[in-house]
Amino acid sequence: MNEITVERRQNYLNVSYTLKSWLLTTDHKRIALLYLFSITLFFFIGAVFAGVMRLNLLTPQGDLVRAETYDTLFTMHGLTMIFFFLIPSIPGVLGNFLIPMMIGARDVAFPRLNLASWYIFMLGGLFTLTAAATGGVDTGWTFYTPYSSIYSNSNVVLTVTGIFIVGFSSILTGLNFMVTIHKMRAPGMTWFRLPLFIWSLYATSLIFILGTPVLAISLVLIGLERLFHLGIFDPRLGGDPILFQHLFWFYSHPAVYVMILPGMGVVSELIPCFSRKRIFGYHFVAFSSLSIAVIGFLVWGHHMFVSGQSVYAGMAFSALSFLVAVPSAIKVFNWTATLYRGSIAFSTPMLYAFGFIGLFTIGGLTGLFLATLGVDIHVHDTYFVIAHFHYIMVGSAVMGFLGGIHFWWPKITGRLYPEGWGRLAALIIFLGFNLTFFPQFILGYLGMPRRYHMYPPEFQALNVLSTAGASILGVGYLLPLAYLLWSLWYGKAAGANPWGATGLEWQTPSPPPTENFEVVPVVTEEPYAYSTMEAGVVREHIHQRAPV
Amino acid sequence: MSESTSINAHQFETLEQQHEAGWLGMWIFLATEVMFFGGMFAGYAVYRWSYPTAFAQASRELEVVLGATNTLVLICSSLTMALAVHAAGRGERKAIMGYLLATIALGMVFLGIKGLEYVHKFEHHLFPGSSFVFPTPFQRTAQIFFSFYFAMTGMHALHMVVGVGLLTALVIRAWRNEFTPQHHAAVEITGLYWHFVDIVWIFLFPLLYLIDRHR
Amino acid sequence: MWRDLPLFPPEASTYAAREDALFFYLVAVSVVFVLLIFSLVAFFAIRYRRRAPDERPRPTREPLALEIAWSVIPLGLMVIMFVWGAHLFFYASNPPAGAIEISVVGKQWMWKFQHPEGPREIDELHVPVGVPIRLTMTSEDVIHSFFVPAFRIKRDVVPGRYVTAWFQATKTGAYHLFCSQYCGTGHASMTGQVIVMNPVDYERWLRGGASSVSQTAAGELLFQRLGCSSCHKADNTGRGPSLAGVFGRPVQLTTGQTVTADESYLREHILTPGQQVVAGYPRIMPTFKGLISEDQLLQIIAYLKSLTGSEGAQAKQ
Repeated sequence: MNEITVERRQNYLNVSYTLKSWLLTTDHKRIALLYLFSITLFFFIGAVFAGVMRLNLLTPQGDLVRAETYDTLFTMHGLTMIFFFLIPSIPGVLGNFLIPMMIGARDVAFPRLNLASWYIFMLGGLFTLTAAATGGVDTGWTFYTPYSSIYSNSNVVLTVTGIFIVGFSSILTGLNFMVTIHKMRAPGMTWFRLPLFIWSLYATSLIFILGTPVLAISLVLIGLERLFHLGIFDPRLGGDPILFQHLFWFYSHPAVYVMILPGMGVVSELIPCFSRKRIFGYHFVAFSSLSIAVIGFLVWGHHMFVSGQSVYAGMAFSALSFLVAVPSAIKVFNWTATLYRGSIAFSTPMLYAFGFIGLFTIGGLTGLFLATLGVDIHVHDTYFVIAHFHYIMVGSAVMGFLGGIHFWWPKITGRLYPEGWGRLAALIIFLGFNLTFFPQFILGYLGMPRRYHMYPPEFQALNVLSTAGASILGVGYLLPLAYLLWSLWYGKAAGANPWGATGLEWQTPSPPPTENFEVVPVVTEEPYAYSTMEAGVVREHIHQRAPV
Repeated sequence: MSESTSINAHQFETLEQQHEAGWLGMWIFLATEVMFFGGMFAGYAVYRWSYPTAFAQASRELEVVLGATNTLVLICSSLTMALAVHAAGRGERKAIMGYLLATIALGMVFLGIKGLEYVHKFEHHLFPGSSFVFPTPFQRTAQIFFSFYFAMTGMHALHMVVGVGLLTALVIRAWRNEFTPQHHAAVEITGLYWHFVDIVWIFLFPLLYLIDRHR
Repeated sequence: MWRDLPLFPPEASTYAAREDALFFYLVAVSVVFVLLIFSLVAFFAIRYRRRAPDERPRPTREPLALEIAWSVIPLGLMVIMFVWGAHLFFYASNPPAGAIEISVVGKQWMWKFQHPEGPREIDELHVPVGVPIRLTMTSEDVIHSFFVPAFRIKRDVVPGRYVTAWFQATKTGAYHLFCSQYCGTGHASMTGQVIVMNPVDYERWLRGGASSVSQTAAGELLFQRLGCSSCHKADNTGRGPSLAGVFGRPVQLTTGQTVTADESYLREHILTPGQQVVAGYPRIMPTFKGLISEDQLLQIIAYLKSLTGSEGAQAKQ
């Protein structure tokens, strides 16, 4: 085939155009797009909240909005971004689209449950947005008691109900993914032939399954406490507010690994493809994902070093927190080593992968500052923490998401995006991000606490730099929205494997047919078999449907 | 025997793969339930360790006869459930329906007794909140006990209601002859769920009702 | 705002100097690894950039020794961070003897302080330089957090219990005090200053304000006014035990448990006496919940702390 024409044969997109076929679909690929639509919406809502916050912080008096409004903004920013964007982003979009394809299956194990997960997600979002629209919630996304259970005059019950509901979306998605990966791999697809993206989503699903229910029960208890004045967390009634923190962080720490593991999985796909080399240390990277998930359940107390737990508990959590950093470091080194003697292409997805490696290194290292007991006393609850987790969640996770979207965009849509704009946007995002968040490390060490709408005047310059960066970052995020949409109508046709990548998903047409594979593929080679592949040449055995 | 149910869903290659996937799915779901109830058990453990006397005194207000009866009822319902699964393995349609209905009936008895206990608690001002009354000095901490009592047994009862609903769906499917000796995974998997709900009660009963009863 | 742009907080306590040393170690390690990764990635990306569309690199070996090295070396560097950090944490958790005891009550949205000599302050804390200060803190409502960046100390202040922190200031001056645990609308305005003075000025300041009753004297007044002295007689003839020397002593309860009578125990006992009855005594002590504020509790506890084992004698400050 010399000329690739726009795909006219039947694929999962054109098989039906009705609204009903979308809203009642059980095709994992369509469900992935339903998620893509919703999380993009939530991302921009959460970004607007952040934008107003950063504008407010331009002046020390912070009087752009009232204190109550600011408090609601940072709470809703956190809740929206964490529960309605980051957690569902890669699993819901790329996980749903790719897991069956990467393992050679026709769909996930429970397709109707998959659709139900999306509806549950949307229902949770509806509750939470309603809470936001009717006055909002001002407790911080962490809902610490007794402020949230007794003192706050905001929509706590409505919000915790929304988050409780959306938690089930995660649980069911995790369940679906685990059963799919265990039971539906194509013949020959052994565990150690799986792409590393699958390993990281498996580890993510473990956390979904075991961690989210504990969040659910913590939220139930807050709701009950508020409604019935039970006293579980009310010290005046013998309750213990710190117990809430233990229950909350038992989930919410593993949750941050939910937010980064999938991005790491994406990077593990991008680096080999754009170096045209198998990944360095496949087994080490695979087991690192599992280690992060398991050890990640044992470190929650590092959020509570100054809260009132014993010194010995603090030491245990500190040691374990250092331990969990090791597998992450292993991954960074393995990715870097993969580049050695590779054939490096600077396509947009690769630029995002580079950005991920750099920013994750900074974010991860600053996590060590927080794991260090003696230093955490000073920087806990300051802008240092905010900078740290934004380096991970935005600098790394969002860039991983964007890298993955760009990489698999041709497969998902059958179109190529404009590469020049792609690279420009990646660069703008990288620069805007660093300008926004690096000054915050300095602000934090200086002592500027979190969740302050106003601050001492000497902190202004750094805040202004941060806000300037945020406006650049905002532009950077709007660009992909624009040109990706543009490409749907005007992008060049993609062909089955525009990147010359390994992986079963690239051996189907772009966009794929509804059933993914006409014949169940049989896997005979190791993953990332770039050296046995004819470089740059699309593999021969594409399963094609007979033209309609 | 209806044939359409013996063909696996489109995403699976074989019926066996579909069954295995269903089993694994239910086990994983039960793992999430363990974590869900586990959070409440953890909270209960913390407060019982902090306020042992208050918890013992509050526990004595629970109606242990009704609780023990309920325990027996649930154990019997697990027996009838197991018998239903066994009958499904032998393709005995009437037996399947009979045992399932027995399980449902026992489940409803459990819920009825539970409801009775709740009514008694309301009447004796033992529901947490502004109307809660308990002899000092344990008024505050006994309320924490009852908060956990209602939260944990309430969650458990909710799970029982869901279980009864699932069993009802199974009865209808059995009546429609959808189960064969080779293909009755739904019965087995629902049985697994039912047994789990039973086991949760086996933990709840002694922890809530039997603190300090030996004195 | 660009003039005098601060990039580093003042170092004004014994802890600050120690903490900054560890901080700089962490910065150094981070800078090394960031430069390492950034330069390796940049170098490889440029050196091995794709020169022809059909380029096919040969696979490289993956020596196990390398995997082990880059796992063990970072782990070793982190062990140093852990041990050093834990050591500092112990230092921060153990106030030296002879510290000045200051009571702190946080509430929405202000900080209340009481010096042992009696003066009370709101949102401002005067302390002498070079003397250890031990803070006993509680909250009247939600969780707050006492944070002085210049001293590098921070402690969450939790309702229903006492927490302690300590510092020894090394430089005179006025330093920011922030509440660093979100506590509602006034969180960002729950700020203040710690004013460190040289000892002579501090003495002058202590004596300068309106004459005030010392904390222990205030506590003694409350002890009598609230009726405590009618049961807790110093000669042990009352219905309750004598409280001479009670502070820090092990106490046996009717449940058989033995607990230490620290600040938290005393506070709990005054508010909910029925929960922990001392062995050998009937459960008849009434509760004082609602009759006594957190500030007053701290005064009574200061008084009780001053009661030595010798009968009835207490040191007036």
